[in-house]
This record gives sequence, structure tokens and C-alpha cells, in this order.
Amino acid sequence: MKVNMAVDLGGLVLTNPVLTASGCAASGRELDRIFDITTLGAMITKSIMLEPRQGRPTPRMAETPSGMLNSIGLQGPGIDRFINEDLVWLAERGVPTIASIAGTHVHEYAELTRRLRSAPGVVALEVNISCPNHDDRDHVFACYPEPAAKVIEAVRRSAPFDLPIFAKLSPDVTDIVEIAHAVVDAGADGLTLINTVLGLAIDPKTLRPVLSAVTGGLSGPAIRPIALRCIHQVRAALPKIPIIGVGGVTSGQDALTFLAAGANAISVGTWVFSDPNAPARVSQELAQELKARGVSDVNEVVNLAHAEYPLESDAVVSLNE
Amino acid sequence: MNTPSASLGKNRIHQIDAEVLATRRAGAYTVLTLSANQIAAAAKPGQFVTCSVGEVGTGLILRRAFSIHDVTSTGGQGGTIDVVVAPHGGGTQWLAQRRRYDKVNVSGPLGQGFKVPREPVSCVLVGGGYGSAPLFFLAKVLAARGCRIEMILGGATADKVFGILESRRAANSTTLVTEDGTLGVTGRVTDVLVDSINRFDAKAIYACGPMGMLAAISELAVDAEVACQVAVEEAMACGFGVCMTCVLPIKGDDEVPRLVRACVAGPVFACEQVAWHL
Repeated sequence: MKVNMAVDLGGLVLTNPVLTASGCAASGRELDRIFDITTLGAMITKSIMLEPRQGRPTPRMAETPSGMLNSIGLQGPGIDRFINEDLVWLAERGVPTIASIAGTHVHEYAELTRRLRSAPGVVALEVNISCPNHDDRDHVFACYPEPAAKVIEAVRRSAPFDLPIFAKLSPDVTDIVEIAHAVVDAGADGLTLINTVLGLAIDPKTLRPVLSAVTGGLSGPAIRPIALRCIHQVRAALPKIPIIGVGGVTSGQDALTFLAAGANAISVGTWVFSDPNAPARVSQELAQELKARGVSDVNEVVNLAHAEYPLESDAVVSLNE
Repeated sequence: MNTPSASLGKNRIHQIDAEVLATRRAGAYTVLTLSANQIAAAAKPGQFVTCSVGEVGTGLILRRAFSIHDVTSTGGQGGTIDVVVAPHGGGTQWLAQRRRYDKVNVSGPLGQGFKVPREPVSCVLVGGGYGSAPLFFLAKVLAARGCRIEMILGGATADKVFGILESRRAANSTTLVTEDGTLGVTGRVTDVLVDSINRFDAKAIYACGPMGMLAAISELAVDAEVACQVAVEEAMACGFGVCMTCVLPIKGDDEVPRLVRACVAGPVFACEQVAWHL
């Protein structure tokens, strides 16, 4: 039995639901030395800003139980070199690219969007709104509905009408559903759930923070239950919105649970550090998991963890047989 | 920021479940010999590998990086690599406890190795602690080119000096140094380096060890006007260029230091490239 792995994210059709995650795969060249990245549904590239950035001083990383903290500070080449070197290479390589953009003012997001309008190979934008808003005492855009919506509005206005925009939401909020509604109303075509969870590691010897930036983003299997919770909550509130699920996926089985929670596609993030071959492996394992359950289309398992799918529904029955 | 195309090798990175063929204690360290034919065949001195640690489902999610200590490449299927494990945390302790027939997931070869001189010149190889590990693979290649090799091996205490016996075979002469005086000269490797340079009319210095040691060696090498390459140790999560955690300030052609990934642009740098004071 051939399993259909193609997914439709609100008009964005990908041949495979397994993607990379922003910040965990650079711009593809490194990963392409490990496996053929054209087998991925898409590359989600590391968040790019307008200007080149050095990022934060080291230490930038701390291993924590089943996860890690990072505070890279969005080191990157700036939008011009990103387009001329990375996007050109990805387009030549033939990988659909979801370009992640980041800024500290609303107008920077708009400018990035304009620069990317005619860039090669970009099939969608992912908007990283987990950045400090320099116009509002560095409050993180993603943590408040209005600033989050303003960024998405600006990106939507600056983007071609047919270029899908995914807003990547932070789990560090009281009510992620409220933020999801705000960005969807502002024009987001889809959501990426979730960004890292803010954390802190303290060196037990020195009793000082391990990271130079004090706090960092927690990622890896440690945050998987939080990601599943956020996806499930947002899916229940927004039944139609395309969701890219991300947060601690290590296997095909993990990917399956993300789909059941309501994701339409899955990003493999931090696990790439643990197993560089992980995106390729997760994709193969997911197809095997579906096949073993007699499911011929990956889309059939989406949302199965929700109560409105009674246990006697066809999809679930075929799973249990 | 790195120029990705310039700093990335074109070679494929192998990731394999390698069988442990042998283990041995060496002072405070454990040496693992791993069956890793493809990695052995492609490896160059100064390059490194990363190993997964812990059982399936472990809470330790990051791979550990190890410089390649030795390589045997038969040309057939029997190629092996040696890595030196300093057990100081849960992950390295797990690795040091591996026994024959156990499997370890290994990825490599990674990074840029040492550049070797074209002429058969005299070289000083300086190692601090288990930082000495890659110098032995390097010594093999240098010896094959007819280079004269002086090794300076140092450590805080005698059991932290790596490669004491092996250096007899690998080097033409060896100076041992410990901070507490339990072995060889009392002091630091930098206390004996200038003397070694002069005595053997050294034309190249190769060094690996803690950053403070490398900075001090670098200063002496610049003063002595001897070309010096260092292999740096930076904490890293991925080892192949995607996580951006292992950066250090490296001067470009314009002398401006920029944060560069040690794992793909290094771990070996010419000593004058590193902005040590930053």
C-alpha cells in the first residue's frame, strides 16, 4: 500500500509533512551533507533579520534534562546575503523554502517581506514574533495579542496575496488561543506551534546562570507535552487553520501524535542535533506507522485526538483493527 | 558570520552505529577503538567525531564531540578510529563504561583538520590534558612526510597527561610537564615551549588543549615567528554547523573579528586568526 504523504496547508501543497524547524537546520547546506534534503516537505530556514548580526556571546547553550537551552541571539548574515547565497542555493537544490523572518520593529518585518517577494524558491513565510519589540519596552510581540497582530498585518500587507504566512507562536502566554485568534484575524494563513519555552539553567558550582544571556529558549523532548497541549487547544478553537507542529519530535510515532493533536505538518527541530538524520528518518517512520495501521493518507490522522472524533469513526476503527 | 560555502566541506558526513572493538584506560582517561570504516577512510588529523550518549530514551540529548586520536585504515572494511574520553559528566561516563561489542552512534569526520608542511621540517606538538589526543594522528602524518617531531605533553597532574607511552613511538623526543610536579618538568607547557622551538629549530607548532593554554602558546609562537595552528575546544550541540552554539571570534582578511562556528570553520585555526582577548 502506498501512503499519501502530501499535505495541503491552506493552499500550500507539500509532498511530505515532515519539515525542518527554524534555527535547527541553518539554511540547508549543512544538512544536505547528511541526507538528501529534497526529500523534505520544505526547509524552514533560520530566522533572518534585515542586517547581519553577530548574536550573543558564549556560552549560548546548556544541556538540560531531555532538552537544551539556547540563546544564540539570531546570529545571521542579514537579508541580502540570505537571499543571494542561501535562497539561491536552496532554489537551485530544488527544496521548497519557508523563510522565517524576525525583527524588533513592525516596519522591519514589513521590509523583510518586501525583500522576499521576488526571492527564489520561497513558498511561504514564517513570522518569528518571539522577538523583543523595541517600540514597546522590549515586550515580546508573541506574548500580547495586539502587537502580534500588528506584525502579521504588516507582513500580510507587504506580501503577495498568494504567499501563505505562518505565525510562529510562543507558549509563554496565559492563553495561546487568544493570540492565535489575533494573528489569524490579522491575516495569518497558518500557525507554527510552538516556539521555545523560556528557561534558566544555573551552574550548581558557581551559582551563576550558565548562559551569557541569563535565560534561553528550552527545546527538545522536554517541551513535547507543552507543544501537544498548545496544538490541541488551538486546533479545538480554530478547526480549519493549517498548523505546523514543532517541539520535541524525535520519531515517526511522535509525529503521529502531533498530527492527532491537530497539526497538519511537523517540524523536526532540536533532535537534528541529536540525530542529524532525524528529519529523513522521522518521515520514513511516519509512513511506516501509517502503513502499519492501514491508513493510506496522512491527512486521515489529523485531529484524531479530539473528542469530536468518536471512537467508532472510520479512521479510528481502521487504526484499531 | 561565516561564509557557508567557503567554510563547509563538500564531503559527506557519515553517521553509523559503530562497534566498540577495544577499550583501555590511560591515566584519567579511557580510549575507545571503534569500528568506523568510512570515517577512518576519510578522516584527517585535527578533525573530530560526535557520539551519542546514553541508552534509548536517555535524558542526555546532545552528542559529545571527540577529536580523532588515531586511525587505522586498511583500505578494506576494517578501518577503525580511536577517541579519548575524559569522564567528567553523565554522558562521558556512560561512554567510558562501554565495553567490547557495545554499539556507539558516531558521526564524522567533522570540521577542518591541521594543515601540514610541504617540507620535512621540525615540528613541536603541544597538548594539554586529553587535548593531546589529536596530536598522535597528526604525528603519524607528519612523520610520513619526514618531519622531526617534538611533543610537549602537559597536565595538572601525572594522570591527566595523555599519551606518555605512545609519545615514545610517535615523537622523536618528548617533554612532559605537570603543574604539581608529579611527572616531568614542574610548571606549564608554555614554560618549556620556547626552549623546544630553539633546540629543534621548529618551523611549525601544533597545539590542542584548554583555551587559556592555546592563547598563551599563540603569544609565544607569534613572538618566535613560528607558524602555529591550534585546535580549539568549544562547547557544541550539533557539531556540523546548524546550531550556532560553538562560535568564537575569528579575524577575517580585514582583521575584523567575527563569531565563527568552531565546528565547521575549525576546530583548527591559525593562531593569529583567533581574537584571543575577546
